[in-house]
Amino acid sequence: MTLLRRRTVFDSMMKIVATTLAVMMIAVLAWILWTLFYRGLSALSFSVFTQPTLPPGKGGGMANAIVGTLIQVGLSVVIAAPIGVMAGTYLAELGNTSKIAGTVRFINDVLLSAPSILIGLFVYQIVVLPFGGFSAWAGAISLAIVILPVVVRATEDMMRLVPGSLREAAFALGASHWMVVSSVMWRAARAGIVTGVLLAVARAAGETAPLLFTSLGNTSWSFDMTKPMASLPIAIYNYAGSPYDEWVALAWAGALIITVGVLTLNILSRVLIAGVRRS
Amino acid sequence: MNMSATDMGMMASISGRTALDPTAEPKIRIKNLDFYYGDHKALHAIDMDVPECRVTAMIGPSGCGKSTLLRVLNRMYDLYPGQRATGEVLLDGENLIDARAKPTVVRTRVGMVFQKPTPFPMSIWDNIAYGIKLHERLSKADLEARIEWCLSKAAIWNEVKDRLHTSALGLSGGQQQRLCIARTIAVKPEVILLDEPTSALDPISTARIEELVDELKSEFTIVIVTHNMQQAARCSDQTAFFLLGKLIEVGPTADMFVSPKEQKTQDYITGRFG
Repeated sequence: MTLLRRRTVFDSMMKIVATTLAVMMIAVLAWILWTLFYRGLSALSFSVFTQPTLPPGKGGGMANAIVGTLIQVGLSVVIAAPIGVMAGTYLAELGNTSKIAGTVRFINDVLLSAPSILIGLFVYQIVVLPFGGFSAWAGAISLAIVILPVVVRATEDMMRLVPGSLREAAFALGASHWMVVSSVMWRAARAGIVTGVLLAVARAAGETAPLLFTSLGNTSWSFDMTKPMASLPIAIYNYAGSPYDEWVALAWAGALIITVGVLTLNILSRVLIAGVRRS
Repeated sequence: MNMSATDMGMMASISGRTALDPTAEPKIRIKNLDFYYGDHKALHAIDMDVPECRVTAMIGPSGCGKSTLLRVLNRMYDLYPGQRATGEVLLDGENLIDARAKPTVVRTRVGMVFQKPTPFPMSIWDNIAYGIKLHERLSKADLEARIEWCLSKAAIWNEVKDRLHTSALGLSGGQQQRLCIARTIAVKPEVILLDEPTSALDPISTARIEELVDELKSEFTIVIVTHNMQQAARCSDQTAFFLLGKLIEVGPTADMFVSPKEQKTQDYITGRFG
């Protein structure tokens, strides 16, 4: 075989290998989604969205878990977004090369990849135990810790992408640093920061571990922030392992709801980013 | 260079400018100015005057220090740790590189327009109003009047008056640059610095900006950095030539282009190097 022939054969072989593996990859994802939709859609009904969990044999739904997740995730964003945006702004604007900034950046990266069960345990220690019990507050705080590092990173990265000339132009008008940041830099980086927050929310919405020791879960309605509160991931965790077929079906319905929600957030953030690229 | 030095000198002298008055008090007096990027010394003992309500052009090859000097005049270098200036830059007698001089105040008095247009990601109206609101509280009517005034001064009012509330990013490059000039004028500075303001623009937009510079000098002191020697000859009253961080020669534009005193200036403006 000539050298050229050998190279062409090797080339097409590698193409086949890469394509096969890519197809396998997609097949796994398709399988998961197919199972999810097959099982989830058959369990999905109007009552899933309107009724709380009832004892086995009485029907019921996941309304309390859906609302619980919305409340806890919403609250965690309210806690984490301002802190994260300010911390990211500090890293990008003030502490460029300082020791503090280096430390914060390092800790943030560690936090970004920390196992979420650890966050759950930490909040259990500092919130649940001192305040005498599981609560929705504790759940929201641990989700906030999950979200925080993502927002910090996104904010810093997005603010660094703002052209230096724009920053200088704002300074050239005699603006104070705060005015430059708040009305020019944030505005220029807005879509990127919002996207970062959305992706963080998508991640937090599906987290189970941080909620296990914090908001615990609840089979009935509860809007009391100081009491245990239901959430979708915990409900899925509990129902999927139960011996009752209708609870297992409910778990699938919950999984479908969460997946569709996360997918929507992902698509939304892609649309936002595409909008930024265009302008 | 397709134009001889004498042609440019002619252009400079027939444009009907009144001669510089060497006895007049300068708007800015630079005395023994050194500038450092960290350990690298970028400007060496610069001494020069910037006459009031005139156009001063700064020319020289890339890296000669002309943009650096411009960024000293409004304390832009302050934004970057490690950059420092020593010496004196007197604006009406006040040393503006003194640590006690507030950069925000200096930058309000000495405005700057950049090489690339830098419209903020907001409406045309907000772009102008942003700077004004930093320093003054105006009634709605006064704000409107000021915005019309500076947009007219920057020769862009007629093009944007019907779309003031649309995004400034939708304007053409030349329009964006005139908007940036309007934004700079809006805060009523005394000095306007232009850092190669036309290098990203087409010839027609360039001509408009040059006309504009000529009109603005009746009210503002202007310093323009340019790579285009014909532009320096066309629109400046005084020209300063820099090389390797040193001021080689400064003088009335007509003299500089007809009979420069230094051989290096002669070589540069005739295109023998640079």
